Amino acid sequence: MTVFVIRRLMQSILVLFAMSAIVFFGVYVVGDPVEILVSHEADEAERARVAAALGLDRPVWVQYFAFLENALGGDLGKSFVFGIPAIQLILQRMPATFELVIVSFVIAVGLGIPLGMYAGYRPNSAGAKTIMAGSILGFSLPTFWVGLMLIMIFAVEMQILPAGGRGPVGSFLGMQSSLFSWTGLGHLFLPALNLALFKLALVIRLARAGMRETLLLDYVKYARAKGLAMRRVVFVHVLKNIMIPIVTVLGLELGSQIAFSVVTETVFAWPGMGKLIIESIDKLDRPVIVAYLLVIVVIFVLINLVVDVLYSVLDPRVRLAAKA
Amino acid sequence: MTEPLLRVEELRTHFFTRAGVVKAVDGVSFALERGRILGLVGESGSGKSVTGFSILGLVDPPGRIAGGRILFKGRDLAALPEREMRKLRGAEIATIFQDPAMTLNPVLRIDTQMIEAVVAHAGAGEETARGRALAALRKVGIPAPEERLRAYPHQLSGGMRQRVAIAIALMNEPDLIVADEPTTALDVTIQGQILYEVQRLCRETGTALIWITHDLAVVAAIADEIAVMYAGRIVEYGAAAEVLDRPRHPYTAGLLASVPSRNRKGAPLAQIPGMTPSLLDPPPGCLFRTRCARASAACAADPPPAGGAHAFRCHHPLEAA
Repeated sequence: MTVFVIRRLMQSILVLFAMSAIVFFGVYVVGDPVEILVSHEADEAERARVAAALGLDRPVWVQYFAFLENALGGDLGKSFVFGIPAIQLILQRMPATFELVIVSFVIAVGLGIPLGMYAGYRPNSAGAKTIMAGSILGFSLPTFWVGLMLIMIFAVEMQILPAGGRGPVGSFLGMQSSLFSWTGLGHLFLPALNLALFKLALVIRLARAGMRETLLLDYVKYARAKGLAMRRVVFVHVLKNIMIPIVTVLGLELGSQIAFSVVTETVFAWPGMGKLIIESIDKLDRPVIVAYLLVIVVIFVLINLVVDVLYSVLDPRVRLAAKA
Repeated sequence: MTEPLLRVEELRTHFFTRAGVVKAVDGVSFALERGRILGLVGESGSGKSVTGFSILGLVDPPGRIAGGRILFKGRDLAALPEREMRKLRGAEIATIFQDPAMTLNPVLRIDTQMIEAVVAHAGAGEETARGRALAALRKVGIPAPEERLRAYPHQLSGGMRQRVAIAIALMNEPDLIVADEPTTALDVTIQGQILYEVQRLCRETGTALIWITHDLAVVAAIADEIAVMYAGRIVEYGAAAEVLDRPRHPYTAGLLASVPSRNRKGAPLAQIPGMTPSLLDPPPGCLFRTRCARASAACAADPPPAGGAHAFRCHHPLEAA
């Protein structure tokens, strides 16, 4: 287990190197940030001055090695636009995104697993059919449209929830988050629901499929033959088995949700990381883009690690192979 | 005459599919006394497993018990609501399934799966239940039972898993165990050990046993009575020695002849020609007639029960030797 974790972390360092090179040269190819940063009226001397100040006058490989050297010392560079360290910019935005993603996961898992299990347990009931029809909507309606509709209904028509922005933060055990203030939670609800919808549909379908498959298996019949109550058969024997595919998919979703909930964050003017990366790409703010993607790589590596450990908890037949 | 532990009367378990009614079990009757072992023999699709599941009340839709009675200790299980049935299952009627690799839940530890079986019935605490699980594992001859309790099913061998299943069946001291091909998935040597253990434990505890199998050699080894099923009906039923040594129904004779034996080494193996008929809306009459050398026009009518203690249903039985 320890060997497994260490090996994984070593591999992720390689991934970080590769990622930094790809992104660095990729952004270099896309365009010259100086063009965007200086005004159109600026003369050639002014442009050269800005380029020199940002270190953009040197050949790209020299820039890359300078970046690597600083990065190894923990410095991922300063934002061209804001002039503050890129990593600081990202960390400022992180709590907003994390709280959004956490609430949306709670909604997706908390509603999706029971609804999906019910739909799988009584597949022919009217309730199950309604749930499955709803999950198709969850899949197919575009996120931005659902977001706008939510704002229309709850913020404009009913006026019971705010239309956007992050609410005031509360403090709990030294952590600052809008999870700890009622108004903050109110601000959080609509964007989180919007973000949760697709995952909710996914979890419902996975839980239903797993339920239907597992109910036919011999060990379920055997558990019933032991005289166990159906409640125990479903919530112990079946649930633990259907969690494996759900954890896999949610693990993948978690990473991309933290990194790229761009649409929801834009619709609800949520000051999260997704908005930051879109703005940075817009301005060709290379240090922020590179630092951002490196942070994302680290997050993905950590999530995958947790998912792998969870597998071995859920399914004892899975052993964490050191070679993985 | 005292009432037997279990009496099945004219049991009909049908599956109501879109294509029509599949009469998997169509008028099966037998009785079983305490401490006796009944071998329920037949090919795949003969309805022997469905008979077992009917007794356990575990026939899944679209199947259901369409007629007949299952009298267990005087109560009719066919009419019992699921809530009452659940209390019986695992407590008074236990079961052992065919493949222990499939019947134990792969993600739960052995102790979880054993303890829950006790707690569901006895109202016993977890510690009492654990003690009973340990005792049951010892009884079926599992070495180092404390360690086995903490194991997951995949960490045990096939024979060991089946012993665990038997231990689970015995834990609540049932009156009846329905064993559905419990040794089919095992090596011959393990099969022998398991047969011996089960027979011994049934004798010790007075538990009655229905042993469902397609293997005549197995029932010959342990059964007191044998019921031979064909196409949803019992075609021959009687004391094990009687049925095996002096079969009256041509199907039983055919089954016995197709068991490979050293005595007929070199001779081609006998076989019953043809396939088991579809049970979807079966025609009246003896369903074996299409495969039977002795069949005549009379076989288009249902053969009446005959023979008394050694019962059979055939218009043209083999001579009683």
